[in-house]
Amino acid sequence: MGNSLLVTDNITMQFGGLRAVSDLALQIAPRQIVGLIGPNGAGKTTAFNMITGVYKPTLGKISFDGKDITGLKPNQITELGIARTFQNIRLFSSMSVLENVLLSKHVRLKANPLEAILGLPRYSKARKRHYEECMELLDQVQLADLADEKATSLPYGKQRRLEIARALATQPQVILLDEPAAGMNPQESLELMEFIAKIREQFGLTVLMIEHHMEVVMGICEHIVVLDHGVTIAQGTPTEIQNNQQVIEAYLGAVDEIA
Amino acid sequence: MELYLQTLANGISLGSLYALIAIGYTMVYGILRLINFAHADLLMVAGYIAFYGIMVFALPWWFSFLIAIALTALLGVSIEKIAYRPLRNAPRISVLISAIGVSFLLENLGIVAIGARPKSFPRPEELVWNIKLGDISFLSLTVIIPIVTLLLLVAVTYMVNKTKTGTAMRAVSRDFETASLMAVDVNKVVSTTFLVGSSLAAVGGILYSLQYPQIDPLMGVFPGLKCFIAAVMGGIGSIPGAMLGGFILGMGEVFLVAFMPELSGYRDAFAFVILIFILLFKPTGILGENVVEKV
Repeated sequence: MGNSLLVTDNITMQFGGLRAVSDLALQIAPRQIVGLIGPNGAGKTTAFNMITGVYKPTLGKISFDGKDITGLKPNQITELGIARTFQNIRLFSSMSVLENVLLSKHVRLKANPLEAILGLPRYSKARKRHYEECMELLDQVQLADLADEKATSLPYGKQRRLEIARALATQPQVILLDEPAAGMNPQESLELMEFIAKIREQFGLTVLMIEHHMEVVMGICEHIVVLDHGVTIAQGTPTEIQNNQQVIEAYLGAVDEIA
Repeated sequence: MELYLQTLANGISLGSLYALIAIGYTMVYGILRLINFAHADLLMVAGYIAFYGIMVFALPWWFSFLIAIALTALLGVSIEKIAYRPLRNAPRISVLISAIGVSFLLENLGIVAIGARPKSFPRPEELVWNIKLGDISFLSLTVIIPIVTLLLLVAVTYMVNKTKTGTAMRAVSRDFETASLMAVDVNKVVSTTFLVGSSLAAVGGILYSLQYPQIDPLMGVFPGLKCFIAAVMGGIGSIPGAMLGGFILGMGEVFLVAFMPELSGYRDAFAFVILIFILLFKPTGILGENVVEKV
C-alpha cells in the first residue's frame, strides 16, 4: 500500500436498499493498468462515480497520491489529476472537436480575470500555448484535421478517441476509461490497446479501465478486479483470473447449471 | 418619410433595450433551465439605486450608475445563491416557484420600503438632450441606447464564444456533470452567468428609467415580461435569438403604435399575441434548436 497512487479503502455505495458496491478495496500503483470487470450491473460504473466524486461513498475512504479525496467535488478531483471517459459518450454536442479539448485544458490555464479581460501578453501567450498543446493532442489521436467539426458529427470510433483526448487534456495522473472498446470490432480494439499502452508510456499514466472485451482486458491489464453484484469476487493477474472458478461462474453460471 | 425614420429610430432604441434584458433570461435558462422571474425586478432595483445615488447621495450620475450596476449584479448573484442553489437537485417547478417568490418579495419590499408612488427619474443633461436633424428631432437617448447595447452585445458574444469562462458556460449548459468532471467549477460558472445577466439587466433598467423617467416598484414587471417573450421568440437559451427577439418585439411595438394609432391601447397586448403564435407554430423560437431530452 506504501507506494499506491490510488487507494479505495473498502468503499461502499448504498442506494436506498440497494448496495451497488460493497467494500471495494483497490490499490493501484503508479503506471499500472488495472482492469475492472464483471457482468452488467456489477457496480463498475458506480465505482468510477465514487472515485471521480459524482457520488460520495456511503462508507469508506478514497485516497489519491496520499491525500484523502473522499467527498471532494468532481471538479476538485479532476484538478488533482484524475480524469475519466464515459460509457455512453458524453461530448459537448454544440461545441467543436477543438473546443471540447480546450475546455478540459482550461483548468490548467491560470490567469487572473483582469489579465484575461485585457488580453495581457502573458495571458494570450498561455492561451496560444494551450491551443497548440490541444492541437498536438488531437494530432496524437488522429483528429487534428477534424478540429473544427462539430464533436457529435464524428463517427462513433472517433468520438471515443476524442473523449480520451479530452480526458488527457486535463493532464491527469490517473485516467479512468469506462468501456473504451465498446462497439469496436476486433481490429479497432487492437488499435485501442496499442493506443492505451502508448499514452501510458508517453504521459506516465496510471489506467483503470472497465471493459467487456476480454481480449482487450487480458491483453493489456496487469491486474484485474472482478465485481459481481457489487462484491469483489476476485483480484489478480490475467492468468489467475482466467482460471478462477468463481469468476467463470459469475459470467457463465455454475457448471452444473450449464450441464 | 420623416415618420418612417423617426419610428425606425425609436424601434431600434426600444428593441435594443429589450435585447439587453432578454439576454439575461436566455443565459440563465440556458444554464439552469430556469425562467428567472426575479430578473424583471432587477431593472427596478437598478433604477432605484441609481435614483437614490443621484438624488439623495448627490453622486455624479455616472458614478451612481456604476454603483447601481455593481449592486444589482451582486443582488442577482445572491438571489441565485440563496433561492436557487439549494434547489439545484429539486424538481424544476420548485425552482420556478422560488423565482416567482423572489420576484414578489422584491416588488413588495419595494412598495413597503420605498412606497408605491412613482418617482421621477433625473435625466442628466450630459446624457439627455434634443437632437435636431432637418425635420426630425429626437432625444439623444435614441442614439445612446442602441450604441451602449451594441457594445454590450458584442462583449457578451465575445465572452461566450471566445473566452475560457464562455466555453465553460456552454459546456455547463449542455451537461453539468460532464463539465464538472472536466474540472469545471459549476457553481462558479453559474454565479458568473448571474453576474453577467444581472449587470445587463441593471444597464437595461437604468436606460429604461432614462427613457421613461418615472420609476415605481412595479416598473420592471411589464418590460420584464416582454423581454421574456422576446427570449422565447428568439429561441430561449440562444443568445443571438434573444437579441433578435428583442429587436423584433421592440420594432413591432413601436410600428404598431405609430401606424395603427387606433390600436395603440393594445401596445402591451402585442407582445402576448406574438407569444401565443410563437408557442403555437414554432415553440422552439426563431433560432432555437430542437432540444433532445437527455436520457
